[in-house]
Amino acid sequence: MTQFAQIGVFNQAIVLFAALVLFTSFIMLAQTRMLPLIFSFAWQGALLAVATALVAFVSGHSHLYVSALMTVALKVVAIPWLLYRLTLQLKIQFDAEPVRHPSLLLLGGAGLVIFSYSVALPVVHRSGLATRNTIAVSVAVILIGMLLMIARKKALAQVIGFMSIENGLFFSAVVSTYGMPLVVELGVAFDVLVAAILFGVFFLHMRESFDSLDVDRLTRLSEARDSLPGHGEAGEAPESHP
Amino acid sequence: MDHYLTAWLLAAAQTALFVAAAPLLAGWVKRVKCHMQNRAAPPVAQVYRDLAKLFRKQPVIAENASWVFRATPYIVFGAMLLSAAAIPLVAVDLPTGAIADVIVLVGFAALARFFTALAGLDIGTAFGGMGSSREMTVAALAEPAMLMAVFTLSMTANSTNLSAVINFNLDAGLVLRPSFLFALSGFAMVAVAETGRIPVDNPATHLELTMIHEAMILEYSGRHLGLIEWANQIKLMIYAVLMANVFWPWGIAREFTAPALALGAVAIAAKLALLAVALVVWETVMAKMRLFRVPQFLGFALLLSLLGMLTHVVLETG
Amino acid sequence: MTLLGITLVAPLAGCLLLAFLGHRKAAGWLNIGASGVSFGASAALALDVFTGGPQLSAGKYFYIDAFNVYLVALTAFVGLTTAIFSRPYMRHEVERGRVTDRRMRLYHSMYQGFLFTMLLALSTNNLGILWVAMEAATLSTVLLVSLYRTPESIEAAWKYFVLCGVGIAQALFGTVLVYFAAEQHLGGEREDTLLWTVLHGAAANLDPAVLSLAFVFLLVGYGTKVGLVPLHNWLPDAHSEGPTPMSAVLSGLLLNVALYALVRLKMLVDASLHTSLAGYLMMGFGLVSFMVAGLFLHRQHDIKRMFSYSSIEHMGLMTYAFGLGGPLATFGALLHMTVHSLTKSAIFITVGYASQLAGTQRIDRIRGIIRTQPAIGWSLLIGTIAIAGFPPFGVFTSEFLLITATMKAWPWLAVPLLIGFGVAFAGLFRHLQPMVFGEPPAGQKPLHANMLPVMVHLVLVLWLGLSIPAFLARWFEQATVLISGASPL
Repeated sequence: MTQFAQIGVFNQAIVLFAALVLFTSFIMLAQTRMLPLIFSFAWQGALLAVATALVAFVSGHSHLYVSALMTVALKVVAIPWLLYRLTLQLKIQFDAEPVRHPSLLLLGGAGLVIFSYSVALPVVHRSGLATRNTIAVSVAVILIGMLLMIARKKALAQVIGFMSIENGLFFSAVVSTYGMPLVVELGVAFDVLVAAILFGVFFLHMRESFDSLDVDRLTRLSEARDSLPGHGEAGEAPESHP
Repeated sequence: MDHYLTAWLLAAAQTALFVAAAPLLAGWVKRVKCHMQNRAAPPVAQVYRDLAKLFRKQPVIAENASWVFRATPYIVFGAMLLSAAAIPLVAVDLPTGAIADVIVLVGFAALARFFTALAGLDIGTAFGGMGSSREMTVAALAEPAMLMAVFTLSMTANSTNLSAVINFNLDAGLVLRPSFLFALSGFAMVAVAETGRIPVDNPATHLELTMIHEAMILEYSGRHLGLIEWANQIKLMIYAVLMANVFWPWGIAREFTAPALALGAVAIAAKLALLAVALVVWETVMAKMRLFRVPQFLGFALLLSLLGMLTHVVLETG
Repeated sequence: MTLLGITLVAPLAGCLLLAFLGHRKAAGWLNIGASGVSFGASAALALDVFTGGPQLSAGKYFYIDAFNVYLVALTAFVGLTTAIFSRPYMRHEVERGRVTDRRMRLYHSMYQGFLFTMLLALSTNNLGILWVAMEAATLSTVLLVSLYRTPESIEAAWKYFVLCGVGIAQALFGTVLVYFAAEQHLGGEREDTLLWTVLHGAAANLDPAVLSLAFVFLLVGYGTKVGLVPLHNWLPDAHSEGPTPMSAVLSGLLLNVALYALVRLKMLVDASLHTSLAGYLMMGFGLVSFMVAGLFLHRQHDIKRMFSYSSIEHMGLMTYAFGLGGPLATFGALLHMTVHSLTKSAIFITVGYASQLAGTQRIDRIRGIIRTQPAIGWSLLIGTIAIAGFPPFGVFTSEFLLITATMKAWPWLAVPLLIGFGVAFAGLFRHLQPMVFGEPPAGQKPLHANMLPVMVHLVLVLWLGLSIPAFLARWFEQATVLISGASPL
């Protein structure tokens, strides 16, 4: 237990920022309004970037600075800005989503932290890095992102959950192996960016077809409703053959 | 033997100082608040004058009040007095501190609350019962959060004794512990709820829709009321001292020499003054919450404490 | 390696070019051209690897061995035939007014983009790039699933996007863990730690506990893409709501490539663990998928949904077979991968025509195809017979091999397998019979259909069923030796 006091103030700062990243995950889980949700996501990105830069400083892996910069560009600026614009454009900035059993959700999140601790244990035991304990936090961020996606019905909240999973993945790579090779990270960042843009396109399409961004409305394709009339021919053209 | 005697004397003096200074802290908070809100501030000594006035008056007691109602002010004040004795204010390693640990403090707080709530119910007025039920609702949520925050500290320091925790922190020096950050935040939120400050309760009003603590003690008067008010001020002081001395213990006296003790007194005075300012800023910025929102507020405090404990286990061990 | 370059660059160039020209009349031909060039190059590459052994590119970023080269060739081939089918089919859709010019550009561009990501995923030597390519495959097809912009198609695309995105995120974590294990052993200062060739060489020394944890995440991640139950929910929706050429390539290619990724990683994990944990996991998931999808076949009302459940069933079978391991099962699984790809894409093409003919995808409205247009009716019938595992088609051969392998290793597992085959067969034919032979509704007119790709696929499947050509057999053998470490012959 005294070990923590001995790892040096910069490593402690990394751990501290990791804990704050985890905290923002909980904030997102509890936040029901759309704009604050986007802002807390941006905060998570910022904290993540700081933690990455600190890891880069401590470990001397200069390519992590590039990763940190990429995180800032992508997850603090680009994606939140994109979502913010969309929110205003679709006029959902004042939407609040009723979440049933909010405290239960938070307790579930705490449970996931414990679960990720046990999942990460074999990895942590084998790692020699000072930041090894934060691997569990990164797993927890991934899992809480998934919980967010499951618990929420608003498409925007699901997107935030999705992106927060990406944050967790990125963080896990940073703290367990000092980041993936740069070419892979560039590829992943490209995928994330494209995914964010596609999500934006989807919002517009969904608004057009469902007049709502509630994922609850997407119930046309379940197995149970398969036999309802009209299914499978919604796309039919009025006249059928040329 | 001589050392032993000095230590006990010091402990008694520190307890007396604690109890005597409690109204001062309350007065200071009131004064800073008035300044911040651009009102004419009463002198700090006004709190003492109010207390003195109450103690001079004869209490009026309802006909149907039982012994519980009469005994409660003494029990509450006694519990707070004993708690104050156990908390290191100016110096650590005092013999009174060795008797009681953090869990006993939580127990004393619970005892005081239990009797206040009983007294509220005892005379059978509508307000009393309402206040008691609200108080218990808040307590049911606040206590686990508080215990969790306390356990986080004790797990780090391997002790539930306050002196030991403070010594541990002093020995470790500046360590950026995420668990302490979370525990402190959770603890502060619980403290706000337990001492009846905004946004959970407002000590300055008697608005029946929202009041919690004031509703329970509405029927008290004279010296009974004086005792309860004083006990309340001590409670505020207890929480403030805990936050100040456990999380920033620097300055506290570790040996019983005059310069060290003087430094300890100055340090705690400065820390408390600053904390009071922070409390005032918080109370000015926040709006009073609807009662239905209080569980959410405390749920958040519980989450913070829980996170503190989890981060301690996950991040700071091994 | 220049051949691989051509194989990869052709679809990439096609993707960029068609983004601007995709709405022209000639775009269909351009689409075919790009796929054709890619297929030609991949065939030459296959021959090269077949005679000359595995190849590693200069920067070590690409690696081609017997296992993936045959999948590269298969992918390029199905890509080509589907492109041939897609030209008249999509023109018909444009004439019906279901697709605008802009969306045609999107469609053509993303068709090539999808082929590129598939080929990249197959040929890359870097496990990270493999992940990136798999994710990019989702991204490039997600807008194609919602091409018709109906509420159903948007819902399907959303599900596809979200489920596959979340699923594949697990795979990235698994990849991080593999990288972690590799760094522990190889040291952190190397740039090539994530390369398959390096990892496979060092696999025996990687930490087993970390790798088994990694494999669980990888199985969940890539398993979502394979369509393993219970992670399969996106698959029937995406297949049924997108345009038919997309259904054909999704079923014929994407699932294969995801399974390829899984098998590659299983090779790593097996070498490290020295136990059959990975195999057992794959067997379990595969068998459950196989059984459950077979049952779901019975209650379908949409013809494309029905055949996508059949895809889940067959992917489950292959996963089971690769999990079973051993030369015979691996050989059977590789053969099954090939024949399933060919048959299923042929079926989806035929189904596309059938639903254009009937004007609906509802099974109970599609009637009497064989009378209105015998070519489509017979193709549907023969395709379904082939996929159900009747002799003399190739699917029968591979399934027979799999049952034989099961009999040898786990005799009692042959029982659920045989029951599964029976259930799936019944599920397919109870729906198929009226569609093909029933009374055609009044006014159902034949349409112009190019059945050439279907014929080619089915003839190939038949050929593989009657006799596996010697060079193909040797090829499968090479791949089997690579995966299972022993020869089946």
